[in-house]
Amino acid sequence: MATQTLAQAPATGAAPRARGLSDLAIRNLFIIPTIIFLIVFNIFPLLYSLGYSFTDFRASTNEPANFVGLDNYRTLLADPFIWKNFTITAKYVIISVTGQVIVGFGLAMLLNREIPFKGLLTTLLMLPMMLSMAVVGLFWKLLYDPNFGIINYAFGLGTFEWLADPDIALYAIALADIWMWSPFVMLLSLAGLSAVPKHLYEAAAIDRASGLYTFFRITLPLVAPILMIAIIFRTMEAFKTFDLAYILASQPTTEVISIRLYKMAFQEWQTGMSCALAYIVLIMVLAITNIYIKYLNKVKER
Amino acid sequence: MRGKIAGVFAGIGLSFTASTAFAQELTIFWAEWDPANYLQELVNEYEAETGVVVTVETTPWADFQTKAFTEFNAKGSAYDLIVGDSQWLGAASEGGHYVDLTEFFNENKVGEIMAPATVKYYAEYPGNSGKYWAIPAEGDAVGWSYRKDWFEDPAEMEAFKAKYGYDLAPPADWKQLRDIAEFFHRPDEGRYGIAIYTDNSYDAMAMGFENALFSFGGELGDPVTYQVDGFINSDKAIAALDAYRELYGFTPPGWSKTFFVENNQAITEGLAAMSMNYFAFFPALLNESTNPHAANTGFFANPAGPGGDQFAALGGQGISIVSYSENQEEAMKFLQWFIKDETQKRWAELGGYTASAAVLESEEFRNATPYNEAFYQTMFKVKDFWAVPEFAELLGQMNNRLYPHIVGGEGTSKEVLDALAADWKATFAKYGRGQ
Repeated sequence: MATQTLAQAPATGAAPRARGLSDLAIRNLFIIPTIIFLIVFNIFPLLYSLGYSFTDFRASTNEPANFVGLDNYRTLLADPFIWKNFTITAKYVIISVTGQVIVGFGLAMLLNREIPFKGLLTTLLMLPMMLSMAVVGLFWKLLYDPNFGIINYAFGLGTFEWLADPDIALYAIALADIWMWSPFVMLLSLAGLSAVPKHLYEAAAIDRASGLYTFFRITLPLVAPILMIAIIFRTMEAFKTFDLAYILASQPTTEVISIRLYKMAFQEWQTGMSCALAYIVLIMVLAITNIYIKYLNKVKER
Repeated sequence: MRGKIAGVFAGIGLSFTASTAFAQELTIFWAEWDPANYLQELVNEYEAETGVVVTVETTPWADFQTKAFTEFNAKGSAYDLIVGDSQWLGAASEGGHYVDLTEFFNENKVGEIMAPATVKYYAEYPGNSGKYWAIPAEGDAVGWSYRKDWFEDPAEMEAFKAKYGYDLAPPADWKQLRDIAEFFHRPDEGRYGIAIYTDNSYDAMAMGFENALFSFGGELGDPVTYQVDGFINSDKAIAALDAYRELYGFTPPGWSKTFFVENNQAITEGLAAMSMNYFAFFPALLNESTNPHAANTGFFANPAGPGGDQFAALGGQGISIVSYSENQEEAMKFLQWFIKDETQKRWAELGGYTASAAVLESEEFRNATPYNEAFYQTMFKVKDFWAVPEFAELLGQMNNRLYPHIVGGEGTSKEVLDALAADWKATFAKYGRGQ
């Protein structure tokens, strides 16, 4: 077979074909900046802080970081105050996520039908989750104010101190979180509900199944996978709650683990110790998420 | 054409060179409060004299320490000077963030210019070491404001005398403070007895409690040996905590996270009969545009304790040169100007609380405002929190222990202070103090 060289190119008068980037090169051009960004701002800090977690480093001093092995982890896991923070966080997660699921799913059930202004209602209901957490914290603080807060006025509670009462403050913060994030659960639940085949409900109606039976045997099992996804996301986020709790009520009974971590890192400047705490939190979140995902897979298989 | 373009670029370059040669600037970092505004007014006069532009940059108190140390840790040059809290002296000096001003101090005899307490607490670290890291800038301590019209009402005076057996007047001791708070505590009338500090996010609650602790004859610990057992949990300290806890019962509703803003509001909104606050915030109480009760607002120094001791929690700050500043020479010149008598007088006139002993002792200063006399007396009876590098941990532990007790009523004062003593002992041991 004769090979054609440039010198033997047919004398058509056309210019020689320009050598452009290959598909591989174009792909790399798009991906490499993102990878570099991920490495610099995600992977590197992750590994760097992991390294610090095994040292006694304090960013506020000029002292070098000394390797202390697992001392930081041991100290934290043996500290009753840290376990108290974890207990408060767990309590907060359970209250908040349960509330969000009940309210969110309930709203989705109500919206999963033909009603007037359904689109407008859905949009209005989604507004809370579009606000910034700091803004939500600030105006809920005003709502809870014992002197002029509208909540006390509306429910005739006098000067009840929502945020000062150590037993109630955590519930008050959870209520604000439920208000803000129920729309997220509602949105995912609506997607799940709209995917349930109508003929199943028709068949259940023909068999004279009760509303409760229909709900527990048809609706819930079929919506469960997407609901689980919503629960996974909300659990992870609730575990990491900082803004709302910090702004609303900064007291020991509402000191979730993120607040403790912030104080340790940026007020006490115990950099090594706070890195260790951050990794403990990360491992806990991963463990909880894994449990949820295993359960989710089981639900999907049914 | 090329020549014209080169000429344009040369001109731009020259203009930058020219501008950098003359536009010397200094940035001072402070917390966001009235004294910072007064300082900005003062430094505008420095600019008028020298042409050096000085900007006072501020941030809310709750973020001040975090933001300052974040900049220090990054060895940033954003700030040339900082009016840092007295508790930071240890952390900032040992961390290499402050320029050593010992030579400046000695050459300019700053120790003779400024009031002794301000030198001890705002400038020197370690204690009694003769090493100085700041120039006392804003002298401050906790004092009290009160509603003169409530106190001077004949009906109230008669009722008070009948109930408590002595005349209603600004309290001379903590027992009288408590009695008056109880007397004026009338929730059904929307009137409350007292406003105290309860915010546990930084040092508000600690400072508030210290007013009781020090006046009751208690101490935080031994500053030399760092022993805390028998000091922070002594009988006097326990009695002081009982007293402070009792005062919380006479505060307005929702008084669970309060600092200087809320405590001034207690007077401006006619909520409380008496309110504790740093003297730095009292000018706003005499301003009729910010306080409708300005004409009826009086002031008194922190009362004495049962044993006759009378002390107050120290506030205030010193001004330091940041080690990473690129304008240290200019910053030194600024400090030279700042310590001059006429500058300190002007500082006082503008509303800043001068630490200059001469200005403080002058009749002119003491009579300048209704609270200056109380301030002058207080500044010789002040004590401060620990200034060690790990002060933030100690503060956090104190907040964790005191807050549930004072605001939530949990535990007894003895249990709380015994636990705090154990916390502090462990923290000092961790950092090798007292060993």
